[in-house]
This record gives sequence, C-alpha cells and structure tokens, in this order.
Amino acid sequence: MSKVHVTTHINGDEVDFLCDPRETVLDVLRDRLGMTGAKEGCGTGDCGACSVTVDGRLVCSCLMLGVEAAGKEITTVEGIATEAELHPLQQKFIEYAALQCGICTPGILVAAKNLLERNPDPTESEVRYWLAGNLCRCTGYDKIIRAVMDTAADMREAS
Amino acid sequence: MALDSLKTDGFKQIGTRPNRPDGLDKVTGRALYGADVTAPGMLWGVIVRSPHAHAKIVKIDTSKAEAMDGVKAVVTRADFSDAIQPAAGPRGEMWNVLENVMAGDKALYDGHAVAAVAATSQLAARDAAKAIVVEYEVLPHVTDVDKAMAADAPVIREGATEKSVPEGMHPNVVRYHESGHGDLEAGFAEADLVIEDTFKTEATHQGYIEPHACLGTLGGDGKGELWCCTQGHWNVQKVCAALLGLETSQLRVTASEIGGGFGGKTAVFIEPVALALSRKANKPVKIVMNRADVFRATGPTASTSMDIKIGMKKDGTITAASGLFRCQGGAFPGAPMEFTAMCAFAPYNLQAVKQTGFDVMTNRPKQAAYRAPGSPMAAFAVESVIDQLCNQLGLDPIDTRLKNASREGTQASFGPKWDRIGLVETLEAAKAHPHYSEPLKEGQGRGVSCGFWFNHGGETAVSLALSEDGTVQLAVGTPDIGGSRASMAMMAAEELGIPYENVRCTIADTATLGYNEISHGSRVTYASGLATIKAARDAVKKLCARAAAKWGIEEDAVKWEDGCAVPSGPNAGDHEPLPLAKITAKMGATGGPIVGHFEATPEGAGVSFATHIVDAEVDKETGKTTISRYTVVQDAGKAIHPTYVEGQFQGGAAQGIGWALNEEYIYGEDGRLQNAGFLDYRIPVASDLPMIDAVIVEVPNPGHPYGVRGVGETSICPPLAAIANAVSAAAGVRLKQLPMSPPRILAALGTHD
Repeated sequence: MSKVHVTTHINGDEVDFLCDPRETVLDVLRDRLGMTGAKEGCGTGDCGACSVTVDGRLVCSCLMLGVEAAGKEITTVEGIATEAELHPLQQKFIEYAALQCGICTPGILVAAKNLLERNPDPTESEVRYWLAGNLCRCTGYDKIIRAVMDTAADMREAS
Repeated sequence: MALDSLKTDGFKQIGTRPNRPDGLDKVTGRALYGADVTAPGMLWGVIVRSPHAHAKIVKIDTSKAEAMDGVKAVVTRADFSDAIQPAAGPRGEMWNVLENVMAGDKALYDGHAVAAVAATSQLAARDAAKAIVVEYEVLPHVTDVDKAMAADAPVIREGATEKSVPEGMHPNVVRYHESGHGDLEAGFAEADLVIEDTFKTEATHQGYIEPHACLGTLGGDGKGELWCCTQGHWNVQKVCAALLGLETSQLRVTASEIGGGFGGKTAVFIEPVALALSRKANKPVKIVMNRADVFRATGPTASTSMDIKIGMKKDGTITAASGLFRCQGGAFPGAPMEFTAMCAFAPYNLQAVKQTGFDVMTNRPKQAAYRAPGSPMAAFAVESVIDQLCNQLGLDPIDTRLKNASREGTQASFGPKWDRIGLVETLEAAKAHPHYSEPLKEGQGRGVSCGFWFNHGGETAVSLALSEDGTVQLAVGTPDIGGSRASMAMMAAEELGIPYENVRCTIADTATLGYNEISHGSRVTYASGLATIKAARDAVKKLCARAAAKWGIEEDAVKWEDGCAVPSGPNAGDHEPLPLAKITAKMGATGGPIVGHFEATPEGAGVSFATHIVDAEVDKETGKTTISRYTVVQDAGKAIHPTYVEGQFQGGAAQGIGWALNEEYIYGEDGRLQNAGFLDYRIPVASDLPMIDAVIVEVPNPGHPYGVRGVGETSICPPLAAIANAVSAAAGVRLKQLPMSPPRILAALGTHD
C-alpha cells in the first residue's frame, strides 16, 4: 500500500513522516519516529498506556490514524519535562512510588497533567474518574491518586 | 542462620524511603521495555494461532505467504528441536513448553500457536500470517474442570498421567496430592458444628499492561542474542537453547525493563519463535504480542472446584478440617493443586487435617504462575467456611482465628513445624486497627480473612564491583519488577557504609553472572537481597585486607565501620580510618580490582502471613458491589523500603478485588475465549477502588541477615475470601463462586434468573 506523507508537530517540533494509511499515531510514534515513551498495552483504547494529547485533548494514540495527525499539535510523555527539570508530577510520582513496573506511567502522567491543566483543584473522585481510562495493574492506584492530589496542591501553592 | 546474627535495628539506610534509581527513566519514557528496541535490518514476526479449542492439524500451507513481498521466513513445529520427547511428570515439562510454544499434531486450545512468519514490516507480517492456510479436523473439547474429570470427557492427551493418580480416574487427571495428619473422623465427631460446602473460582489473567515482546537474533553458527521482557532471563536462555537445539551459553539473554509480570512472565512463549524465525531469515526478528493473544495464549491462573469440610466447637476451636481441590491448568500438567492444598489450612493449628489435590487438563491455555499460585483460591474456600462457622456460632472472626492460629512450634497442615512466624501479630494488629471497630453503615458488610504463602529462595548470584572513585556497581540477576533496584542499593549501601546514591544497581545479562532463578516466589528482596549483603561483606573483607597490608598488620586486626577500614582494637596500632574511596583509588597498585561475590541457593525464605479487613456494599437492584474500605495487614519480616512494601500490599489487594468481583475467563460453547480484551475482561480501574490502607508488621525472618520476608505474593491470598465474606454479609446470602459479578449476586439473591 502506498504511503502518505504527513506533517505535524510533536512536543513543539515540526515532524514529518511517511506512513501506511492503516498505521496508528502510536505505530508512527514508536516504529517510525523512535519515540517509545507511549506504550501499547491493548491497541483497542482500553488501557490508556498510549495516552497523548492532540491539540490539548487527551486521546489514546492507538485509536487515531497516523494520517489524522496532519496539522495537529501532539504532546507525548517525552514532552512533559523541560530540559532543565522534571514536571512536578514526574517528581512526585518518583517520590511517592506511584509506579512499580512503570509501563502505565507515561500514559498516566500525560492524562494527569491534562487533568491539572483543566482543573487545578480536583477532588479525589475527579482524579479517580479522570484516570479511569488508564489501567495500572501494580499499585492499586492508591499512591498514584495521592501523588496527583498532592502535586495539584503544591502547584496551587506555587502559583 | 543463627538468630543472634540477625540485625534488626540500628540501620542507617534500611527502613528509609529514598527515590528509586530508575525513577527518572520511568517517568520520562526513557526506560526501555520489551517492545522498545529495534535492530538494524530487523524483521517483524507474527504468530498464527488456532481458532479451535481442540483440533487435529491436518495440513499447513505456507506457500501463499512465502510468495508475498517482504516475507523472509515461515516456521512451524518442524523448525524446533525433535530431541525433546513427551513424558509423564517433571521429565516431560520441556516437551510441554515446546508443545505450547508451537503446536505439534494437535491444536489444544483457542489461541494455540501453529505457525509463524517474519516479514519486513509488522503490517506485511500480519498480512502474510492471514495467508497461511491451516486445515483442521475439529475434535470434541472440554474447558470446565469438573466436566473434564467426568467419564465422557474428551481425552486431552494420553500418557500424561503421573503414577500417583489413583486408579480409575479420567486420563485428564494427571497429578495428585495428598497430605495432612491426625484422626479426621474423631475430630469431626468432637465438633459442635460441621459445615461442608463447595466453591468454584474462574481462571483469571495476571493482566500485566505490557504484552510479551522480544527481539532475537540467531545465526547459523548457533550463536544468538535475545532481548525480552521476562521475570527470569536465565530460564529463557535455558528453554530457548533446548527448544532450538543450541548450547546454552551461546545464547545471551538480556532482560528489558518489565511492564508487570505477577508470575505470567516466568514462562516462555514467543522468544523461541523469534529465534527460530531469525535463524531461518538470518536477520533479527521482533515479536510483540497483541492483547487478545496475551489473553488467549498466555498466563491464566488455574480455575478451581473445591469441597471444604470444617468442624468447630462452640468456643471456636477447630476440631478437624478437610479439603478437596480440583484445579485445571489448561492443556498441560502443572495446575498448582499441591500449593492450593498446602496453603489451604496453613494459618491454623489443627489436630486433624487432610487436603487432597487434583491437577486436571482441559482445552485451555497452559496456566502460568499468578502471585501465590493456588493460595488465593484455597483461602477463598476455607475462609468462607470459617466465616460461616463464626456466624452460626456467634463468634468474632478475628478472635476465632487467633484461637486457632499457627504459631512458632505448631505443626503446619502440610507437615513441618513452623519456625518464627507472624500470623498472630497480623491478627492482633488487625483487631487493634480502627477499621475493625468502625461501625458499619446501613447495607455494608465486613469481611476478614487470613492468607499464607511459602516464599522462596532459589539460585542466586550477585557481583559487587568497586570503582576507583569509591562508587559501587552492583550486578544482580533478578529483573526489577517493582522497585527492587532501590532495595538492593539500600542493602549494599548499608553494609558498605556509603551513601545510597553511590550504588548503581544493574540487572545483568546471562553472560555476566551465574544462573539466577526467575523473579518469582517473592524471592527478590529476600534472595538477591541476601546475596547483595553477602557480596558487600565479601568486598568489605577485601577492603580490610588492603588496609591491613597498608598498615602492615594482620587482616583480622582490621574492621569496617561507617564506610572506613579501622584498626579493630588498641593492639592493632594507631591508624587513621581509611575510607572506602581512598582504598579503591589505589586498588590497581595494591592488588587489582576489588569485587565482592555471592553465589548460592539461600534456603531460609521465611513464610509470610497476612490478615485483611474489607467493607463492601451491595446494590441489591443491580448486583453491583462497591468496596468502601480496605485494610491490609501483613508480616514483611523487615521492610527494606517501606513505601514499596506498601505498594506490594496495595497491589495484591487490588488484584484480589478484581478477581473477587469482575475478572474471569469466559468460554463459549465452541471453546473459544469470549472476552480476550480489557474492555470485557475488566481489571479494576481507579474509580473502582478506595484508598487501601497498608499496615506493615515486622516479625524478623531468621533466614535473612536483616530479617526480610518476601512480600509480593501473600497480599493476594486473603482478598478473595475477605471480600466474599463482606459481600455475603452485605447481601445476606453466601456467595460460593467467583467472580461475584452482578449477575451472580442477583442470582444468589433470587431476584434474577
């Protein structure tokens, strides 16, 4: 099948690639661009390990075709930290041991950052429901929820 | 190990909560997991799987696939070693693994691998896999454990039955276990109340979020390299070498970061296939399983059918207990029926007890270990009956368990006398916990359960190399599945008296260390931890020798204190303390590199007990259960890094909640798995769960220098029963089958047909 030329922005940089029309954004990120931060846990939009934002909206990159990325602004886990420092969520996740194996962590961080951008003061229930599309099999979510809540509190205090 | 050599306090590092050394990698996306690497010239492999539960493979036509653009190799069973032969018992296990990796004459379950193809892209490989034509002759199948034991059940495989199986049983019953002690009949006669009941649990999957993935290369010279996500890369090396007819040492296996395992990545599935394809194509081959295939062809735990009988006096004394445990583990021997049986009554000091286990084959995927294999199901059945007895006799569930609890010196239900154990301490801590005395709200029920797991030592090798600048390179062979690098670095730093940050812990490949058993049996912090401590002590001995040589005194006149060699007493002379970095700075000129080692099979893994308390609410209209409060109390022996210990407690409880309430393998009449995806096989999501309170009890294990007991597995033993007891109390009716999904609860309430 002939490939399609796509130009998009990823983590602020202009990127172009050729992709098969059947390939997903996740396939393109991982297999064409070498950005393996987003993970494939299911390929059907059920686990959230591949979460990215597209024009500020949280999506499962396994459910969006690569050709649909044209002209969009995509943010992945690789775009969360600055050159100088980790995002407060990343720092807090390490400090709280909010990850065990770490495979769901990129998706959860992308999702949690997106939540805090929309709602800097979420309740525990709001955090739990926002992250309900991101499966974690190791932690029982306890430390993840605490890390997100406490990061939100810190960020409110700092702002 | 003598008890007096135990160090249980006065630590500088142990018991603190430093950041894990691989934290930054894992929050930035930099960490490399199974599917995250590529190799120049790499091909993609895709496996063709049987759509039938049981079928003779008549013919595999690969010609169309082989003619397609980009296709470089196709393999079937003929491309694997023919030196491995079937046999009953442990001698046959390598054949079982081979048969599971690639079917021979018959497909034995829906999802069984029958062929594989490698092509230049994943899409090309998928297209080619669809072009492989397999002709099947469909055979009768059976997927239910009780039906598989019935006289008219189709036989999965003749000749798999071990001699221990009693005469007259169906050939699908392949292994048998019996243990216990005392006079059961007299025991039951002494009881004021005897309850006998039957329980069933469905198969569940470990549900790790990372599908199996590997990248392998194997040349015609028999030399290979393999990168894969596994709990044990030495085992992968051994199995792949056998299945492909290689010399073990010629295959180097590197463990990637691992995205969860819980026992499911102790087995080998795709790795030999990637290597076989690579050998044929003469190029590296990468295989990444999709989620549906993970469900269909890897992992699930055994499903069970269990009969329990327990007698109790009015004062709560258990007079006798017996259990019959039927476990199906798929189309191969290996369901953990002996663990199920042995764990069942382990928390109790019984005068008369008997447990019997059956390993039953069905047309399902080969079961793999799942966190304390067998124990959670056994606890579900036994602790449900104890709960019924307490309810009917008006007894407090914790006091009753305390009255009968196993203690140091009592005889275990499966034979040996207990060493120092912490069951009573977990029960007492649970009783004292505010959760236990909190009044229940309308519609809520409270459940309690104990749980037990053996824990394990296993072959272990560790190397600890000192750098010139005084920092430490610690090489361990047990994949870090949930923060173990931190614990290892803490133990090394503790022994050496240096900062935690000065230790870099690496998971070494198979070429770097001696054989390390799989990260299983909750063995990592115990066995690799013990090995790390001993390797550090070996390095300290060598450091002291260098100081002794420098000072011109005997080696035994030098001791190690706070990261320095110091004279051991006034007779050793007056010498300034010599810090580690000062010794290593000159080690090239004073005798060469300093490396500490430890290689052994530690056998003092202390067992672990837990007590869980759970509150549940049942919506009687919809049958939905909500877990409103959950408390885990577990004996960790000594918590090296308490935050990660809590994490293990919480994670085990969460998996148990899923198992109890939602998760199950659902097979259709056609023997096909109907819910091979996370949408229909629903593991707990964040909005399903409450915070999970984790209470660490520390009753030191005399078999570890700091008293460590493994904590990974015991945490999943009590939840099924604790939740069943809570749900039964809330619903007002006893639930005897897992999962307690809404339709089952409605059926039990009689409001749903």
